[in-house]
Amino acid sequence: MNIAVCMKQTPDTEAQIKIADDGTHIQTDGIKWIINPYDEFAIEEALRITEKHGGEVTLISLGPASVEKTIREGLAMGAHKAIRIDAPESPADPQVVGAALAEVLKEGNYDLILFGKQAIDDDQSQVPSIVATLLDLPAVAVVVKLDIEDGKATALREIEGGHEKVTFSQPAVVSAQRGLNEPRYRSLKGIMAAKKKPIEVKQINLKENQLSVEKLSYPPEKKPGRIVGEGPDAVPELVRLLHEEAKVI
Amino acid sequence: MATILVVSEIRNGQLKKVNFEAYSAARQLADQLNGDVATVLIGSSVSGLSDIPGKYGVNKVLQVEDASLEKFSPDAYAAVAAEAARHLNADFVFMPATAMGKDLLPRVATLLNASTAQDVIHMRVEDSGVVYTRPMFAGKILADVKLTSTPQTATLRPKAFAIQENPVTAATEALSVNVPQAKAVVEEVTTSGGGKLDVTEADVVVSGGRGMKGPENWHLLEELAELLGGATGASRAVVDAGWRPHGEQVGQTGKTVSPTLYIAVGISGAIQHLAGMLSSKYIVAINKDPDAPIFKVADYGIVGDAMEVLPRLIEEIKKLKAES
Repeated sequence: MNIAVCMKQTPDTEAQIKIADDGTHIQTDGIKWIINPYDEFAIEEALRITEKHGGEVTLISLGPASVEKTIREGLAMGAHKAIRIDAPESPADPQVVGAALAEVLKEGNYDLILFGKQAIDDDQSQVPSIVATLLDLPAVAVVVKLDIEDGKATALREIEGGHEKVTFSQPAVVSAQRGLNEPRYRSLKGIMAAKKKPIEVKQINLKENQLSVEKLSYPPEKKPGRIVGEGPDAVPELVRLLHEEAKVI
Repeated sequence: MATILVVSEIRNGQLKKVNFEAYSAARQLADQLNGDVATVLIGSSVSGLSDIPGKYGVNKVLQVEDASLEKFSPDAYAAVAAEAARHLNADFVFMPATAMGKDLLPRVATLLNASTAQDVIHMRVEDSGVVYTRPMFAGKILADVKLTSTPQTATLRPKAFAIQENPVTAATEALSVNVPQAKAVVEEVTTSGGGKLDVTEADVVVSGGRGMKGPENWHLLEELAELLGGATGASRAVVDAGWRPHGEQVGQTGKTVSPTLYIAVGISGAIQHLAGMLSSKYIVAINKDPDAPIFKVADYGIVGDAMEVLPRLIEEIKKLKAES
């Protein structure tokens, strides 16, 4: 089974995010870059499926040459090869990203296309749905459990307050949610092997952005609150404040 | 004149509150643009719901009924919603930013060669068009974005837009759509534990962290949440430790919540947790470490052991409920 995993490089979850002078981008100096955490679940799932059923895992990422560092980390986990779609930066409009990925995916003859359910930088959560629509493939988003047997697949997808069990045929698009698996650590052997794995660079004409970022800002700061007191004895005062001042209980 | 289409989300044959928020937001925008609001109801039997949207200022209700639409299929629903948008020549297409909406609307946009502002928390009209504000980096940054596509499509974050009643008589129209066969089919919907509220939907969220000392103490949080009509959440630390399912995790790699009241019990307030709950209206923190970052964002704090404070809190709230 040949599996493509579309991945994105994002700032580390613990990174302090600062707005750059242009007001529409974030400062990238000193940022530690990682594989988008949800994409790690997707890579891990792809590896587990190919370990069981055979086949190859291809990573696909869109961006400048600098994203190859995190692509190598994905290869160190065990993916076989990678494609980088060359672009000066990650486009603001997910439709542009989706169209570029769909064009590359179409050539690959993949049985399964995996994504993380969203990137933790722009939090769009759109590209998997867009790619599935463009390629006219069945898709399940936000998946916490995936079973694949003989071309028939079943996925458990997270919804508000519960789950949907979805069946579909392959090829298909699936986006991974936390809980799907526990991603493996990169072994030293894996890291060494990754250095020799191929990253093919593709040039593609990106379609026009129809979504533009006008301005970034920080959310309004929360006014510092007050300590009502210490220990259980402070509870009656807290309840009074919630009832009479905040009027929320 | 602008036409705004809201794709309604029907679950278990019901229109949930998130729809009323979306109708209200659409109505407000329509008033500024001198436009109309329409909605499309998609399902196997929807005509019984047709009177509801008019309460929130919706002028037109499209009904698409087909036995195959009983359960959600992203591909089939997207085809239907896109057809409704074409039928109305919609200038805007909105949906609640729920599990369904966040999957469905980008698909509708793709079918209409449009683009989507996802998870919008605020909209305003400027001379140059509508500006959508949406959080990025789990709320650490807000982005003002503009769309140049026709239609413009956006999902609206639950609880970010107020419900406003604005009764009008809505015209109804049954729209016949050639429903494509669903590629991904929902076989079964399971709810976790007695139809409990999801953290993203609840007005009150009671979350626990390491300070709860173990999963066996969670019944206290559940009792408090139930007393307040809310849901329980969890920090990443306790989800990683296997105390709670990841579906309850609040934070950057979990869920983003904006309830009226957020009670953080035994949670220190790592940046990744704060990102998921900072937009709560009131934050209460209970933590034994007076220097915990959670106190910097809390409106009210109690320094103390969660296991001592929590039972007392339950007791006092019961007392309050008994009095009122």
